[in-house]
Amino acid sequence: MYRYDITDKTLVRQRVAQFRDQTQRYLKGALSEDEFRHLRLRNGLYIQRHAPMLRIAIPYGLLAATQLRALAKIARTYDHGYGHFTTRQNLQFNWPKLEQVPDILAELAEVEMHAIQTSGNCIRNITSDHLAGITPDELEDPRPWCEIIRQWSTFHPEFTYLPRKFKIAVTGAPQDRAASLVHDVGVHIVRDSNGELGFEIMAGGGLGRTPIIGQVVRSFLPREHLLSYLEAILRVYNLEGRRDNLQKARIKILVRSLGIAEFTRRVEAEWQTLRDTGLRVDDAQIERMRGFFQPPAYLSLPNLTPDAGKEAAFRAWYRYNTTAHKVPGYRAVFVSLKKPGVAPGDATDAQLDLIADLSDRYSFGEVRVTHTQNLLLADVEQRKTYELWRTLDSAGLATPNIGTLTDMICCPGLDFCSLANAGSIDVAKLINERFDDYDYIYDLGDIDIKMSGCMNACGHHHVGNIGILGVDKGGEEWYQITIGGAAGADASLGTVIGPSVRKDQVAETIERLLEVYVEQRGAEERFLDCVRRLGIKPFKERVYAAPIAA
Amino acid sequence: MQRRLLRDGQIVIDDWRYVAEAADEASAALILSLEQWRLEPDTWLARGSRLGVVLSPADRVEQLAPDLRHFALIAAQFPGPSEGRGYTQARQLRDHWNFKGELRAMGYVRRDQLFFMARCGFNSFELSETDIEDAHSAFSTFTAAYQPSNDLGLPHKLRTAVATA
Repeated sequence: MYRYDITDKTLVRQRVAQFRDQTQRYLKGALSEDEFRHLRLRNGLYIQRHAPMLRIAIPYGLLAATQLRALAKIARTYDHGYGHFTTRQNLQFNWPKLEQVPDILAELAEVEMHAIQTSGNCIRNITSDHLAGITPDELEDPRPWCEIIRQWSTFHPEFTYLPRKFKIAVTGAPQDRAASLVHDVGVHIVRDSNGELGFEIMAGGGLGRTPIIGQVVRSFLPREHLLSYLEAILRVYNLEGRRDNLQKARIKILVRSLGIAEFTRRVEAEWQTLRDTGLRVDDAQIERMRGFFQPPAYLSLPNLTPDAGKEAAFRAWYRYNTTAHKVPGYRAVFVSLKKPGVAPGDATDAQLDLIADLSDRYSFGEVRVTHTQNLLLADVEQRKTYELWRTLDSAGLATPNIGTLTDMICCPGLDFCSLANAGSIDVAKLINERFDDYDYIYDLGDIDIKMSGCMNACGHHHVGNIGILGVDKGGEEWYQITIGGAAGADASLGTVIGPSVRKDQVAETIERLLEVYVEQRGAEERFLDCVRRLGIKPFKERVYAAPIAA
Repeated sequence: MQRRLLRDGQIVIDDWRYVAEAADEASAALILSLEQWRLEPDTWLARGSRLGVVLSPADRVEQLAPDLRHFALIAAQFPGPSEGRGYTQARQLRDHWNFKGELRAMGYVRRDQLFFMARCGFNSFELSETDIEDAHSAFSTFTAAYQPSNDLGLPHKLRTAVATA
């Protein structure tokens, strides 16, 4: 993985000093609440319902064991002993004290981490495929490019006061595991007809109040122009994005109002002024960056069937919580953070420490965060999966539900977030209580539930096969249900099935949707495909045919 | 009252006047609004003094480009803390239109913004009296940068990373 050089180290330390100074000026009254807000937001610090919330950047979801231990220590020392992994591969602490945040940042800096640009109207953490570098279907590892973009976007002097936040995702495989089509910009590694490596550039995707799927701005961009092209997109957005209405300020609204052709024309025109400046990425830089992401020292091992003859619990875990690796004898292992009864994406300090140890023992000391709020040990020898499972299982980290109904994506909701209309964590709990029969869950197959406590859509509900959105109705928490959303390469937005339901009706509503699926599905047909084939009508009719019991 | 500002790292008394401030100073260096300039450019030129112009956030640099040679100063306006178009205007003026005169940030300008403003090409800053004394330290907030830019002579990593690899 990328390691900081002296410049990177200096910059994060200087950022800590800058933020310490800003915090002290605020606490002394030299900065007003509003002035400080603009500064702290560019450092991941929100003022939340109970306490400040600090969001820490995990660039493209990659963590070293030492970094995970540092996060565990921060959770223990400054928080209530846990952290929350987000859909953008970051980690949030919900209980830090404002005056201690500079100390937290100083501890992070020591392990090459920070909270720079994790909130505010600037370029946010770069996200990517959690299977980068190990997936058999990949054209090229996207992480060197993620790091190049991370550096370019960090403290970019021109783009720190954008109309609104700006999110970039990079993928290197045909299967999109980074939800790139619902990002402000999606960067796809592609090859042209001569086999040259370059990028397809998407723009204008996003969720929130106005969900839109991204469109192609350029189908092939030679690789040396990546940064100048991104700079052109950002520049057009910075000048022309709306600043008069927060709800219309994202780039998706600009792209929609100009139309993709006119937006592209403006980007290309601006690019002509930028393409031959110092932003050109040359081969030496690319090679140097690739050097950081070389494969670890894999052993020469045969492929095995580690689950053969083992107990059912292990077989289920192996099937659902591990996935193919391009190197024979290896397997990528998900660490499920979706145990029933625990807020999705939460991990305790002890769990973080344990996972760090397990990564040292089984996976070259690295851990990845998935955008579905789980962790991944990417390089595990197949022959060691059984002993790893036993340890994970004893720590509550082996719930065999990856990719199934109970692997829900969920925002912090009303319990923590000052924006939320309704709870999410307690709805996840109700769903888990209703669907506790794994035979049934496995029979349903590949299906995802995504849940947001408000329109801001942090839980990506629009692109859930089943989406749940918390709404406020006269001070009560209600939930609007959508079906047919998807976040991958075939991304689509879900359709609302009808009137929203009470919290205690959500699980029953989902059960009725699933009944229709089970009755009507074709052989091997996924829930998503079944909804796409049938439309929402039969689902809607079933849900509202009879009063929904609590 | 005379206005103090931070220019090229020094606190100086402003030697420019906005039109409204200059009624009785016939020879003052004058900062016009874009509209004032457009209505009667010849009148202003005939005055013989140095001229500057204010760009509001919505003004486009390329529209001003044909007239740039007349201006010794361009001021970009920051109406509030979330305004960010001036950063792009500054870079376009310096990088693309090769503007060499004084590039001034006015309006909501705080010391915490100076580092980025300077990297975009601003060299003068109308700061509040409470900020101005301590503001110079903002230019050394960071001693390196990741991007090539019109900057403070910082080493930037896009090149140095390769050189030191």
